[in-house]
Amino acid sequence: MLWVDKYRPKTLDHITVHEEIAQNLKKLVTEQDCPHLLFYGPPGSGKKTLIMALLRQMFGVSAEKVKVENRTWKVDAGSRSIDIELTTLSSVNHIELSPGDAGFQDRYIVQEIIKEMAKNRPIDTKGKKGFKVLVLNEVDKLSREAQHSLRRTMEKYSSYCRLILCCNSSSRVTEAIRSRCLNVRINAPSEEQIVRTLEFIGKKEGLQLPSDFAARIAEKSNRNLRRAILSLETCRVQQYPFSSKQTIPPMDWEEYITEIATDIMKEQSPKRLFQVRGKLYELLINCIPPEIILKRLLYELLRKLDAELKLEVCHWAAYYEHRMRLGQKAIFHIEAFVAKFMSIYKGFLIATFG
Amino acid sequence: MAPIVQSSQPWVEKYRPKQVKDVAHQDEVVRVLTNTLETGSCPHMLFYGPPGTGKTTTALAIAHQLFGPEIYKSRVLELNASDDRGINVVRTKIKDFAAVAVGTSQHKSGYPCPPYKIIVLDEADSMTEDAQNALRRTMETYTKVTRFIFICNYISRIIEPLASRCAKFRFKPLSEEIMSSRILYICKEEGLNLDSEALSTLSSISQGDLRRAITYLQSAARLFGSSISSKDLISVSGVIPEEVVQALLAACKSGNFDLANKEVNNFIAEGYPVSQMLIQLFEAIVETDDISDEQKARISKKLGEADKCLVDGADEYLQLLDVASNTIRACCNMPKEFSYEG
Ligand SMILES: Nc1ncnc2c1ncn2[C@@H]1O[C@H](COP(=O)(O)OP(=O)(O)OP(=O)(O)O)[C@@H](O)[C@H]1O
Ligand SMILES: Nc1ncnc2c1ncn2[C@@H]1O[C@H](COP(=O)(O)OP(=O)(O)OP(=O)(O)O)[C@@H](O)[C@H]1O
Ligand SMILES: [Mg+2]
Ligand SMILES: [Mg+2]
Repeated sequence: MLWVDKYRPKTLDHITVHEEIAQNLKKLVTEQDCPHLLFYGPPGSGKKTLIMALLRQMFGVSAEKVKVENRTWKVDAGSRSIDIELTTLSSVNHIELSPGDAGFQDRYIVQEIIKEMAKNRPIDTKGKKGFKVLVLNEVDKLSREAQHSLRRTMEKYSSYCRLILCCNSSSRVTEAIRSRCLNVRINAPSEEQIVRTLEFIGKKEGLQLPSDFAARIAEKSNRNLRRAILSLETCRVQQYPFSSKQTIPPMDWEEYITEIATDIMKEQSPKRLFQVRGKLYELLINCIPPEIILKRLLYELLRKLDAELKLEVCHWAAYYEHRMRLGQKAIFHIEAFVAKFMSIYKGFLIATFG
Repeated sequence: MAPIVQSSQPWVEKYRPKQVKDVAHQDEVVRVLTNTLETGSCPHMLFYGPPGTGKTTTALAIAHQLFGPEIYKSRVLELNASDDRGINVVRTKIKDFAAVAVGTSQHKSGYPCPPYKIIVLDEADSMTEDAQNALRRTMETYTKVTRFIFICNYISRIIEPLASRCAKFRFKPLSEEIMSSRILYICKEEGLNLDSEALSTLSSISQGDLRRAITYLQSAARLFGSSISSKDLISVSGVIPEEVVQALLAACKSGNFDLANKEVNNFIAEGYPVSQMLIQLFEAIVETDDISDEQKARISKKLGEADKCLVDGADEYLQLLDVASNTIRACCNMPKEFSYEG
């Protein structure tokens, strides 16, 4: 088992990073009438961990006995019927799913499948709670239509079904949904908190972990706890005993983007743009999300620029990312950004150096 | 209903008014519906307004009060966005329901039971135009025996031919006084203690959305016990602390991009919603007195653009960074168009 799973705290009392939130959640579920919840915060900040611990607090160990099911649902989509494949994770008292996986068909998942699940009263009548829980992941990826479809379901069946929604970007969740939940913000852990977690794992694994090395991992993790723990484990495999100066391997794709940025800075020409396109395709094929590529590229470019240019460049990054959302093919927009950058930068070079 | 079900309702449902007369702040619609209860006559209606102002509550209350529990199912059809309401459903389901004649009503139930059916189309703004168009015909065909209640947040999403067939009622955001009195009532029922500062905080952070206010109240009660302070409410509400907003603004005013970028990164790591930040930034900009009106205008324009981008699903970090860089430019009086001469 990977350390990220092995050392995931199982109960609210064991949660270390978001101690206060954990204790608050515990109080929140002492009564039967807790509201729907919306957890939001950056990746790897501990949302899932808290949700799992919360379920365990509500339903006891039975919440951990989950089975994974891969089912195909036939849903009636007006004139025709369509098949939707969906993976669910469920215990006697809860069901977890990621409705966004169905892409543009997500509305049917909400209208047909989720409503059906919400309608059915809890099976386990002798259980402690009079309700069951539906956990929906990545609700920020749901289309507007799908989100609208969720609204009345949240009200109508609320006496025996609670929703726990989870997402990164709460700005993408409609006002109407947010107004129906208690919003729980999960901030990214601070670097000190990450160091403490790493030290805890080190101790459990019986490792000698130099404190400045742990601090470096934390710094490089960008406050992403999952990433920090993964790094620690990778380093452990690469070299042990640890040394303070040991390199912390960057992610492959990040290194690749650093390279792209260097290419762009060296030469601004159609030929170079064409070469860059090849590399961007490479990243996309490897399933690196396009907005992550764009943001990383911006990060690399900003490091190499003068203040004035920075202001201009970050504007265009935002501009093309927005267009990418509205468009269909990500490559066009990333490439457009690169071309725009080249043109600005070249103009700057000519104006400055002639 | 079994007691266990009762007690496990969240407060927003527990305190949903069951009678039209208990709906607060929406006097116009309450007056018309009170009349309906007396005379039985009822127009087609369109309720519109922001979330948590009582639209669904009012529609369900009137339906229940007109027909009572026994014949409710046969007289009221509630369709909302959780139902598929494509054009086919409109053609079949609604028609089927509307077409079955209402039985000669017996008044022994003690309810008015007027001789028509009610079709509630909640969250109607998410219906396609085609489906709405199909409804026109249905409305006309069965006009003697059905009344429609459309409910939506945005009236502009309802096609004109439907809207013009209805009596329109705008549901206003609840005023602070009305909100306070409703909250005080709930506090009394639940045995909570809310000082006057907390009360006004709650009213103001909920921005006229009573559902939100009730959710905050319940959350705060569970987390902090029966004595609730203004601070407790702010902490459950997700409002961004003022110092966070000021820190970003100060970084922008300093003209230092790297500093501003650091603040933005930090803000994202803390997990605050950028959409909320834009609102609070706007308030801060309007109030600040060390920049000119023209600068304020320049900054605000960008806030609006970024807000739209967020609604389209754009990345939060990039949008806030763009806002920050535009604010730097405005504060430092840099030209609007970028030029290479620094
Ligand atoms: N309170 C905690 N104490 C110790 N370790 C934690 C804690 N919270 C999370 N972790 C560790 O961090 C990892 C990432 O957390 P988690 O999966 O909960 O993040 P997440 O917020 O759901 O991220 P994403 O948005 O990317 O899905 C977990 O695998 C776990 O090992
Ligand atoms: N005018 C009101 N009077 C009394 N209670 C209200 C009023 N408006 C809202 N509430 C409270 O808020 C809850 C939600 O109200 P309701 O479902 O009617 O909102 P809505 O206007 O339909 O919102 P949405 O547009 O999000 O569907 C109710 O259960 C009730 O507790
Ligand atoms: Mg997760
Ligand atoms: Mg409603």
